[in-house]
Amino acid sequence: MEKVITHTGIGVPLRQSNIDTDQIIPAVYLKRITRTGFEDALFAGWRRDENFILNTEPYTNGSVLVAGPDFGTGSSREHAVWALKDYGFKAVISSRFADIFRGNSGKQGLVAAEVAQSDIELIWKELENNPGTEVTVNLEARTVQCGSILAPFQIDDYTRWRLMEGLDDIGLTLQHEEDITSFEATRPAFKPQTLPARTAG
Amino acid sequence: MSTMQSPQTLAEKVWNAHVVRQGEGQGEARQPDLIYIDLHLLHEVTSPQAFEGLRLAGRKLRRPDLTIATEDHNTPTLDIDKPIADLTSRTQIFTLRDNCKEFGVRLHSLGDKEQGIVHVVGPQLGLTQPGMTVVCGDSHTSTHGAFGALAFGIGTSEVEHVMATQSLSLKPFKTMSINVEGTLKPGVTAKDIILAVIAKIGTGGGQGYVLEYRGSAIRALSMDARMTICNMSIEAGARAGMIAPDETTFEYVKGRPHAPQGADWDAAVEYWQTLQSDEGARFDNEVFLNADELEPFVTWGTNPGQGVSLSSRVPVPEDFEDENDRKACERALEYMGLIGGTPMKEIRVDTVFLGSCTNSRMEDLRAAAEIIKGREKDPQIRMIVVPGSARVRLEAEAEGLDQVFKDFGAEWRFAGCSMCLGMNPDQLAEQERCASTSNRNFEGRQGKGGRTHLVSPLVAAATAVRGTLASPADLINAPVSV
Repeated sequence: MEKVITHTGIGVPLRQSNIDTDQIIPAVYLKRITRTGFEDALFAGWRRDENFILNTEPYTNGSVLVAGPDFGTGSSREHAVWALKDYGFKAVISSRFADIFRGNSGKQGLVAAEVAQSDIELIWKELENNPGTEVTVNLEARTVQCGSILAPFQIDDYTRWRLMEGLDDIGLTLQHEEDITSFEATRPAFKPQTLPARTAG
Repeated sequence: MSTMQSPQTLAEKVWNAHVVRQGEGQGEARQPDLIYIDLHLLHEVTSPQAFEGLRLAGRKLRRPDLTIATEDHNTPTLDIDKPIADLTSRTQIFTLRDNCKEFGVRLHSLGDKEQGIVHVVGPQLGLTQPGMTVVCGDSHTSTHGAFGALAFGIGTSEVEHVMATQSLSLKPFKTMSINVEGTLKPGVTAKDIILAVIAKIGTGGGQGYVLEYRGSAIRALSMDARMTICNMSIEAGARAGMIAPDETTFEYVKGRPHAPQGADWDAAVEYWQTLQSDEGARFDNEVFLNADELEPFVTWGTNPGQGVSLSSRVPVPEDFEDENDRKACERALEYMGLIGGTPMKEIRVDTVFLGSCTNSRMEDLRAAAEIIKGREKDPQIRMIVVPGSARVRLEAEAEGLDQVFKDFGAEWRFAGCSMCLGMNPDQLAEQERCASTSNRNFEGRQGKGGRTHLVSPLVAAATAVRGTLASPADLINAPVSV
């Protein structure tokens, strides 16, 4: 995973709450078996409307999405994060994120910055009054800056550390493989196994 | 979560029993725990990139014997003996088959008696048991919490992590108790309980929490009904939902293909009986609901929190104080083609979908069949019935339920996720309105431009008879034929 310390890019104000992952990427795009190439799928339903913000300049080059509360609810599809990244987004700012989306972002190097809704309202106004304004998301300082607005954001220490170091989670866990093996030796015998397969006949 | 000495919640007990390695530090700065995973469920949509990741890194699947796969999201529900017409769907299914073969994973393919929706298949095989940790690249993994398992959906990166390590790095979840005391009125079901819970706490109300459903109304529910409730925990934003195992649970598990046997069964039950929240255990949050007052509940909007009692009206934006909620209401009314103030029961429906991991088990099919039996379908309604698994389909046919549905004029399909998310050909057309027993009423969820009202199987059946959203109590006319 690429290291992320700070990112600056055009902010995209998306004034809507409860943006679920079915909106971020409709299910029809989940049939692909690759991990990349999802840029066309991002907000595919909404992008059919030519007035949708990502169809208007200067937002086609946006890289920091500033959305309403409860972003990324619903389906666990990591494709939502892949689509945002493939389109060019490096960070999403919201006052509330769905848990699975937040987790998926952390695994893929997309910064999910939790900012107070009162600050988001200010950032929305700034971006709408001055389209094309850049937003800086600084993981080191845990701040977002937009024009004269400087707001703190929440992100858990562990995710922040992994993002800043660009660490592979599986590699980290495999350092403790012996612990996993020892744990397995203590599992009760009554726990089920899928193999050999048994069926009701 | 609290230490071993103090009273513990059910979720804490299961968590603590799976800690491979405790994270260092305290409070916010605490590192994640490494949690062991007892069962990993796979399906075709969220696994291909994870298998590919394993291959690229030269890693092995650590525990094929704790892994099982089924085909469900893409699979057609008609002509299942013919090649899958959609080429990308076919490729994804074939990719799963190739991957399972290469990594030695048990797979139940389309046409197999054990194929079906992953969350129906696990419990039905007896692989889902109390006190386990269960994960799947699917948010409705919370279904398995009905057994007192800690079960939650994960993304594809985590799927790959579990494949390689049989564990996950996780921060402890917070706990919330949802107390539902009292007795449900006739015609009110588990689906109505969970829709009411979501409307009460909101789509984000459960974020970061494991919900534990408690109280006399929950204890009185069957396993099928408990699965319906836990299934939709994610729609309240929760990581998982759980119900403490009891005799109902043990009775359900006993004798299933992968249930413990002999001395193992006794040891298992002895352990399972300890899986309850201790007297005095502290929850981080508590919610109370009176089952006596609940009515059939339906959604009017485009997220599962936008629901009301069936006997009430479509809200108007002015009903909402919060500006975001008001705007969301305006947008939802426009998308749904509804006018605020319309009685819910006057909403005309085009399609009724009975199925999905929320409501496609035997009890759901029986309940709907009971209502429609001897009645006539509204001639303009299309009704599709999709059993949750091939096994459920067989059982239903053995009881003659398929004939009840067919006589009524409903389509009796093969098992899969089907119209819940329309990854297969089962989709709504633009502006087609559906009363659906599934779990999500998001814009376009059941097909581009489609309009979804989430309902219970009883409301689905009554709606198919009356043509407008209805509960069985609204069907005053006697059955037309016997």
